[in-house]
Amino acid sequence: MTLRINDRTLSRESIKNLNELSGENVKLCMQCATCTGMCPMAAEMDYSPRKVMHMAQFGLQSKLEEINTYWKCASCHACTVKCPRGIDIAKVMEALRQQTLRTNTNYIEPSEMSAETIAELPQIALVAGFRKMTS
Amino acid sequence: MKISYYPGCTLKTKANNLEKAAVASLEALGIEVEEIDRWNCCGAVYSLTADDLIHHVGPVRNLIRAKEMGADKLVTLCSMCYNTLARANQLMKDDEVKRDTINRFMDDEIDYSGEVEVVHYLTYLQEQVGWDKLREQVKVPLTGLKVGTYYGCTLQRPAEVGIEPMGSYTQMTGLLEALGATVVPFNAADKCCGSYQVLGAAPGENSAASAILNSAAGAGIEALATSCPLCEYNLGKQQQQMLEKQAIEQGVPTFYFSQLLAVALGIDPELCRFELNDGQSLELLKSKNYLAAA
Repeated sequence: MTLRINDRTLSRESIKNLNELSGENVKLCMQCATCTGMCPMAAEMDYSPRKVMHMAQFGLQSKLEEINTYWKCASCHACTVKCPRGIDIAKVMEALRQQTLRTNTNYIEPSEMSAETIAELPQIALVAGFRKMTS
Repeated sequence: MKISYYPGCTLKTKANNLEKAAVASLEALGIEVEEIDRWNCCGAVYSLTADDLIHHVGPVRNLIRAKEMGADKLVTLCSMCYNTLARANQLMKDDEVKRDTINRFMDDEIDYSGEVEVVHYLTYLQEQVGWDKLREQVKVPLTGLKVGTYYGCTLQRPAEVGIEPMGSYTQMTGLLEALGATVVPFNAADKCCGSYQVLGAAPGENSAASAILNSAAGAGIEALATSCPLCEYNLGKQQQQMLEKQAIEQGVPTFYFSQLLAVALGIDPELCRFELNDGQSLELLKSKNYLAAA
């Protein structure tokens, strides 16, 4: 992956915001990739959790806004439990989702779901999915 | 003996088979189940951002309902409800500032500070009845049934609320062995089934779920036991489509642990509501003659 780090891409403000929103410190990450190894959804992500932590450490806000990693995260907390640096990575992923959702942007559109799908899915799938992916 | 119980939304409809079998089993064991008054949705997922307190109000209201009824323990069945209630309870116990804000926001309710203990059904059964005593109550031993204990995520993670640490499956193993079943280990017992990601996925194309089923089938498991309606949906109800798309080689019937418990206790199979499972689940039990006595 090619990442451009210069005064236009690096944002100290975005590092601070992400840390505040998640309650975590992304700078603690030592890039060991245990999170990626534990992640059941890594195959569907365009950037692995480790790479996202790296982007977060440099405050690459515009890059972070365009990737799908945190939308594919299932909040299973496997990364959180195994992180040797004690970072609750699930909280970092939630903060990244919220940064988008709080601009009144939905990742999935409930109105586009078919009535059959809604009738078939268990309520916890709908409530959890809408909580995680709609504003 | 009487216990306060929180069902959750899905258990009243799509996963009524999880609830009915579990409640009937406790009653057969001499424990009266009292559903808490005016319960509401737990929120399904625990809110993870530091500034979002409003989503803790839902689960905390349920805990207040339990406190009002004088309960010191609140038993839950659904793994997601358990996780959300247990985490909200921990927040109210440990975080003085957030507790104060939430209590002040809910000025129509009594103050709450984590007085009620949230307990999963499996833990409750182990502590209150115990596996040895349960074994004595078994009327139809599930002899010869090779079961996998599928815990998924929310029973074990994060560690603060896990019913036991990741990699340890003693509670469900204890239960199933007491019922006479053979527990077969497999390497996907705590892997995520994809959870709510099913919302955006094409039917039968959930690689996380197919990996779990392939691991179970490869280990020689005939039946998977779970306590989560979303896991049951992803692993059980989506199985036919996974077979059609050749994501899995063979099906593995899925059950709620409570259904296996009820069958072994000789409870009327009607109460297990097998029609809500994938069709092959009931077929497996019939082929093993576990339902003949009923």
